[in-house]
Amino acid sequence: MVRISHLLGHWLACRDATRLLSQLEEREPGTIERIRLRWHLAACEACTKFREQLGCLREAVRRYGR
Amino acid sequence: MPSDFALDLEAHRKYLMRVAQLQLRDRDVAEDVVQETLLAALAGQQGFTGRSSVRTWLTGILKHKIVDAIRRRQRDPLFESSLPAEIDLDDFDALFQRNGAWSTPPTTWGDPEAAFSREEFFDVMQLCLEKLPPNTARVFIMREVLELESDEICKELLITANNLWVILYRARMALRQCLEQNWFGQAAAR
Repeated sequence: MVRISHLLGHWLACRDATRLLSQLEEREPGTIERIRLRWHLAACEACTKFREQLGCLREAVRRYGR
Repeated sequence: MPSDFALDLEAHRKYLMRVAQLQLRDRDVAEDVVQETLLAALAGQQGFTGRSSVRTWLTGILKHKIVDAIRRRQRDPLFESSLPAEIDLDDFDALFQRNGAWSTPPTTWGDPEAAFSREEFFDVMQLCLEKLPPNTARVFIMREVLELESDEICKELLITANNLWVILYRARMALRQCLEQNWFGQAAAR
């Protein structure tokens, strides 16, 4: 059975999810963006890892400058 | 004979040079900027409260010196000639399938703290930064290392917010991939 959360996850492709996640380091998300992203991340392990890696990257660069 | 404080500052020269060179892409200008930074630090010794590390404090001074250098330079042929290619995202499509799903999904990185405790990790990161396309590296350094605000960067480099997002996305995707290939993917072997 296809779960509804899985379907909603496909509302946003990984390519677009990664672009959005990167942009959100510079700006606030709109309401629709926030919802789409939340559903996508709930269904997508790869993009969840990607988000963690962005955080790790930011921290690595911060430490590099300290 | 140089004071202890001067020697402390001198120890950061190599780091400052790396950052300045990645941003300015000109060895002579980078050397001048680093020299100005160290002299300003020495003259403003009282401004160092010890609340942050010496390196953080120096990075803050370097930021202003680099912005001054960019302003002095006015026109920047390198930036203007190679920018169009770097704000084009077509070549990123290789990272994703036609339907927008990952071609090679990210792997688990394990404990980042373990990586941050290793000097070699930052050498790998430096190499990854040096491999970025020139303007991509410059913008990323301004944003993430020098911690300039997005609108300041757009103003200094005469680019749009959208250009900035695309360039930073490009930088993050490339660095992520480089670190995964050259550090985190090797974790099992370490």
